[in-house]
Amino acid sequence: MPAVQETVDRVKRIDVDQYRYGFETLIESDKAPKGLSEDTVKFISAKKNEPAWMLQWRLEAYRRWLTMTEPTWARVDYPKIDFQDLYYYSAPKPKKTINSLDEIDPEILKTYEKLGIPLREVAMLEGVEPKPGEQDPNRRKIAVDAVFDSVSVATTFQAELKKAGVIFMPISEAIREHPELVQKYLGSVVPTSDNFYATLNSAVFSDGSFVYVPPGVRCPMELSTYFRINERNTGQFERTLIIADKGSYVSYLEGCTAPQRDENQLHAAVVELVTHDDAEIKYSTVQNWYPGNSEGKGGIYNFVTKRGDCRGNNSKISWTQVETGSAITWKYPSCILRGDNSRGEFYSIAISNGHQQVDSGTKMIHLGKNTSSRIISKGIAAGKSQNTYRGLVTAHRKATGARNFTACDSLLIGDKCGAHTVPYIEAKNSSATFEHEATTSKISEDVLFYCIQRGLSQEEAVGLVVNGFVKDVLQQLPMEFAVEAQKLISISLEGSVG
Amino acid sequence: MVLLEVKDLQVRVEEREILHGLTLTVNEGEIHAIMGPNGSGKSTLSHVIAGKPGYEVTGGQILFKGDDLLEMKPEERAAKGVFLAFQYPVEIPGVTTMNFLRTALNAQRKARGETELMVPDFLKKVREVSKSLNIPQDMLKRGVNVGFSGGEKKRNEVLQMALFEPSLCILDEMDSGLDIDALRIAADGVNALHSPKRAMVVITHYQRLLNYIVPDIVHVMSKGRVVKSGGKELALELEASGYAQFEDAA
Repeated sequence: MPAVQETVDRVKRIDVDQYRYGFETLIESDKAPKGLSEDTVKFISAKKNEPAWMLQWRLEAYRRWLTMTEPTWARVDYPKIDFQDLYYYSAPKPKKTINSLDEIDPEILKTYEKLGIPLREVAMLEGVEPKPGEQDPNRRKIAVDAVFDSVSVATTFQAELKKAGVIFMPISEAIREHPELVQKYLGSVVPTSDNFYATLNSAVFSDGSFVYVPPGVRCPMELSTYFRINERNTGQFERTLIIADKGSYVSYLEGCTAPQRDENQLHAAVVELVTHDDAEIKYSTVQNWYPGNSEGKGGIYNFVTKRGDCRGNNSKISWTQVETGSAITWKYPSCILRGDNSRGEFYSIAISNGHQQVDSGTKMIHLGKNTSSRIISKGIAAGKSQNTYRGLVTAHRKATGARNFTACDSLLIGDKCGAHTVPYIEAKNSSATFEHEATTSKISEDVLFYCIQRGLSQEEAVGLVVNGFVKDVLQQLPMEFAVEAQKLISISLEGSVG
Repeated sequence: MVLLEVKDLQVRVEEREILHGLTLTVNEGEIHAIMGPNGSGKSTLSHVIAGKPGYEVTGGQILFKGDDLLEMKPEERAAKGVFLAFQYPVEIPGVTTMNFLRTALNAQRKARGETELMVPDFLKKVREVSKSLNIPQDMLKRGVNVGFSGGEKKRNEVLQMALFEPSLCILDEMDSGLDIDALRIAADGVNALHSPKRAMVVITHYQRLLNYIVPDIVHVMSKGRVVKSGGKELALELEASGYAQFEDAA
């Protein structure tokens, strides 16, 4: 067993040192008093200058939350969270009112620079000539909304998007500037009473992104949000709402990182997507929250509710996720296939290492006629981690001609980790066609040796095999992010390469 | 010039000694055949030369181009020119053969301090080599060995051998799982790669393969030792009389 043993040893050594985003930014921040009460909710709402209806909505959620208990059905294990021991709002203290990027605290800009996130539009705006062989430079543009702890610090390319009629702004601004849209859609996919963490989020969410794509518009660039938890003992509760009106299309990507800390931090986000007739949303996530150290100390609790509603006929929602971070992940990006001929997709790569616990999957709820869905899940477990796929596929009584294809593959590295697949399938309509395939395999010593005999190092061999394993899903990511994700996968599994 | 020197090699697997003092010298440009019954240690020898984990060398040494091979990591041995054609080539789903070849070739070049081959140069090289071996282009686009027939898998091994240009090729039971036509095609490929600088060590049970790849020297292994060496006629003699006589000798 030595080859595999060596891999296991290498993987074991991956801890704090391997997490490249673990630094902390020292800035002054403006925080709500510790703990959760109606006053906290009012504090957040006041900080955001919210209208009365929004505060009312939050308070109702808060009161509902008090009556709820934490879900325990997931295959994850963690000490009880003291919700009174958290800060629910933290904002970098502004030196003055911000009108442009230049006025943002340079420490924050530096943080995003270190993370490799382009907040400055400079190079693109200055009309840099595309290199020979490169595509239309417009295709490479990515508009970014950056959320630092509880607030959005910068949204780029707003003017250009506005020209196309696309609204892309922090949700706190949208509540003030487009109340009719927010009121119509907020909570319409994930109601305030949905589940413990979604309800908590509804009460205390501080920022996130809002996107509205008007009828017939194909969003001219990729939209992206980067979330960063910086402050100690802070929960991050972002709220994202994306609406694709009739015949429109938008591709959206979110990325997440956090400093490494000994204590656990809570991240409970809610994402709602709505597609009208003939519209499509492609939502990609590269999640790399701090996973905790080699002893399992610290790390982010990632308890997230993501759901898309294919409200219109012939509409489509596609979720792609690359999950490498977090101490515990609990999320099931889902699709409600309400419109006839609507389609839902879920492509997932979930990697767990060290003491990470992942319980993730999707729900495809077929309501309309001739709806179809596709689930491709790749789970990779290494170290002492536990990696569970949990999925639900249902067809309603009236969902004639519903079709689903599910493939769940698990790859084990070493012998102290676990992979589990928990599929639920409910067909209440005899015309439904549901297919489910599942495999579990181990990276074999023979495969590694074959690669090494051809000149690859142990790490390169593991990276090659794993990237082959996840290829179907990586192909779903926008080009730039696929490259980033591929590197991330190698880093999370291999330790220091070279 | 001496290429490979195995001196009094003793190897254990899980407390059991498999090779009990094996000695073998291979010069540049020579073709050696190693024959012997199951369990005589033929495959162990090939694995130890290539550096497969799980074997404990308890005595003796292996010199390759004068350097101590046992001190090198398996990937270093590959970069230095040791190539093992596997008896059962593995499948690597999702990794195209083309990508695999490029990754491996560049890893070897890097280890030797050479620059990586740019994509166009690489493609040109692969096309040339695969054409000369009669390997269809679509095979290169498929996952490494995924869904390949036995013959295709062996041809893929020969393709890699041609591309990486090793100085020592060890062919482990290349004939297993091949029908006579596939065997001939694979053997033709190997013969095309034989050169005055490149040596081949052909490990096989049967004399059959040696009709196609004609050895300069034949060694008979039994119970972890080379018990007899001779010219190519030794293989025919074995075919006629079997291995039993040598088991007594060992």
